[in-house]
Amino acid sequence: MIGRTSRWIDERIGASRFVRTALEKIFPDHWSFMIGEIALYAFVVLVLTGIYLTFFFEPSTRDVVYHGSYAPLQGQHLSAAYKSAIDLSFHVRAGLVMRQTHHWAALVFVAAIVVHLMRVFFTAAYRRPREINWIVGVTLLILAMGNGFFGYSLLDDLLSGTGVRVGYSIALSIPLVGPWLAFLFFGGRFPTDAMIPRFFVLHVMIIPAVIIAVLTVHLAILWHHKHTEFPGRGRSEQTIEGSRLWPTYAVKSVALFGLVAAVLTAMGGLIQINPIWIYGPFRSSSVTAAVTSASQPDWYVGWMDGALRIMPPWEIRLGGFTVPNPFFPGVLLPGLTFAGLYLWPFIDARLLTRDRKTHHLLERPRNAPVRTGLGVAVFVFYTLLFVAGGNDVLAGIFNVTPEAITNSFRVLIFVAPAVAYAVTWKVCRDLARSGSRPTRGTVGSTVAQTATGGFVALDDPGHGSAPVVTAGRDSP
Amino acid sequence: MTDHGTAGRAAGGTDERPVRRLIGGLLVVSITASCGLAATYALGGQVQVEGALLGTGLGGLAVAGLIWARTYLPHDPVVGPRDDVGSSPADVRAMEQSFEEGLAPFTRRSLLRWLFGGAAGAFGASLAFPIRSLGPGPGRSLFHTAWTPGARLVDSAGKPVHVGALEQGAVLTVFPEGNVTDYNSQTLLIRVDPAGLRARPGRQDWSPQGHVAYSKICTHVGCPVGLYRETTHDLLCPCHQSTFDVLDGARPVSGPATRSLPQLPLAVDEAGYLIAQRDYTEPVGPGFWDR
Repeated sequence: MIGRTSRWIDERIGASRFVRTALEKIFPDHWSFMIGEIALYAFVVLVLTGIYLTFFFEPSTRDVVYHGSYAPLQGQHLSAAYKSAIDLSFHVRAGLVMRQTHHWAALVFVAAIVVHLMRVFFTAAYRRPREINWIVGVTLLILAMGNGFFGYSLLDDLLSGTGVRVGYSIALSIPLVGPWLAFLFFGGRFPTDAMIPRFFVLHVMIIPAVIIAVLTVHLAILWHHKHTEFPGRGRSEQTIEGSRLWPTYAVKSVALFGLVAAVLTAMGGLIQINPIWIYGPFRSSSVTAAVTSASQPDWYVGWMDGALRIMPPWEIRLGGFTVPNPFFPGVLLPGLTFAGLYLWPFIDARLLTRDRKTHHLLERPRNAPVRTGLGVAVFVFYTLLFVAGGNDVLAGIFNVTPEAITNSFRVLIFVAPAVAYAVTWKVCRDLARSGSRPTRGTVGSTVAQTATGGFVALDDPGHGSAPVVTAGRDSP
Repeated sequence: MTDHGTAGRAAGGTDERPVRRLIGGLLVVSITASCGLAATYALGGQVQVEGALLGTGLGGLAVAGLIWARTYLPHDPVVGPRDDVGSSPADVRAMEQSFEEGLAPFTRRSLLRWLFGGAAGAFGASLAFPIRSLGPGPGRSLFHTAWTPGARLVDSAGKPVHVGALEQGAVLTVFPEGNVTDYNSQTLLIRVDPAGLRARPGRQDWSPQGHVAYSKICTHVGCPVGLYRETTHDLLCPCHQSTFDVLDGARPVSGPATRSLPQLPLAVDEAGYLIAQRDYTEPVGPGFWDR
């Protein structure tokens, strides 16, 4: 069917051998291996919707007067960036669904990366030989978060402008070089006219290009390693079991792309997100527009915002020099977080398990109580920081002062992870001992019903070959 | 997706008509949704309808594809070998040998080697200079605002504030006259009961008739400290909940902020309007290394 074309191509670039290996490549089947794919497909949706948006968005702080159909802004001075975002939402057909899909896809993209990272962590898929790909993956997480923040900041609405202000202040807080760094990156003292165009070029060109390059490396290494798989009957470190790329895996994967895109576009149309016309402009003829309570950033920045909120009012002042308060939650904490993530495979192999062998079979979380406990503790820690980012909202819900909520978090942030570790460790231990719910296809015995209604175990490896009557019931 | 059933469930000879009907139905739904999408667009577009139709059009196609794959495509697990991830020891040795043979000329001519390194390094260093063009240096700019001695306090519309204009408990965002768009000069003017005010040493004459003025930029990370609670006479930052006591020099009383909001020294000019005695005496906004 494809004979002439494939021969024509092969004579010129010799692709047949590679394509054949590719078509026959085996991909293990497990739902948890789809999470990374969801991230990949969310990224595809981001690129497609993002390209569309660039045709209408004007990344400029040029002062313009609004004369569109949205009455509350009528006659107001706005930045061109904010106005073009309003216009592409209200006047460009299909503009709003594209913009909202883009925003939802960004949230899902980072979420899928985080869940994928957790899957890899809890099943120890990062062990030799996959340490490098873990590092590549953590880099993708940082790039995705950074690009999300820049994209969110482009619209120059009141909420995102405040977020940028926080980012500038965090840059400013870095010891010694902070003021210089902030001035060079933002093009001067906040707020500047340079920042929106700079964020734009970072958001639509530089960071996406880097993401595509790093993502390619991530997939190429995955391709070379072949996928990990869970242990089970007939599984070994020397074999791989699953579906061939062609046709089963390819069709399923394309269908998954369709599902991801379907969910994201449906969300983009049906669930409002980031209604910047309600927030108002960050710059206008007056700067009196005020952020009120319940101003929260996009979810993946929430843990840093929470850390800023519950950090006690401490800073270092030494001989005329200051290490300001936001440095600790805003620079040190993310720095340690990502340093810890980067180093984790080596910490695990050298300090925790002292296991430096090659592994293609995954480890079940229950069989590694210390790792699983640590993972859950870290997860609880960041989840609490995220929730602390809503201390004003919580104060409203529980009808107490924000101070009370903040103080509770200052204690919880240390206590809860410790408790989570202990509980997880115990649960893992008990589950591992119980031996119940074995990995699919292992242990357990096949039984057959006898003519009298009893049960006979067949080929039970644990009890020799003699059939054992395990239950019986006389037929009437 | 974990099924390891027979290769293509329809191959077992079971009746495959219901499955075909289901797949066909989904595809018809998908086609209808896509046509609806085109019609919606032509009629002017409506975001919720677009979302629902996009989801249905794509979702129908995807689910039909999934069911089709599960019904007709092989599902028996295939087992294959895992080759070594690393190269063979012979290949590794050969690579190292090739590299080292090629490296040999580099180990000689040590002066030239240093010069090559120096030239590349010097050129690389020279490439760093254009970074300086990205922005002005901070200089002393972080220490100043647009407030000048005698500058009138004006509201965002540019109207000067008369000393009797504000009632006790009222709050107004003010700017130096002629600079109503200057972000870093935004200041909160609050009128409080002069009897309750605990002015700091040297600031006794900064608050004529109970008018106090503080920088509106939070000393934590720079959000506008916009919420004034008259009953507790404190200012609350909506971003991270730092709270500042207005009667006590805007001292931080809770939350992460470490420093008081800088206070603007006020006076009244001969026409009865509020003016600044001079600029803030300390940098406004969040802290930095050499503040």
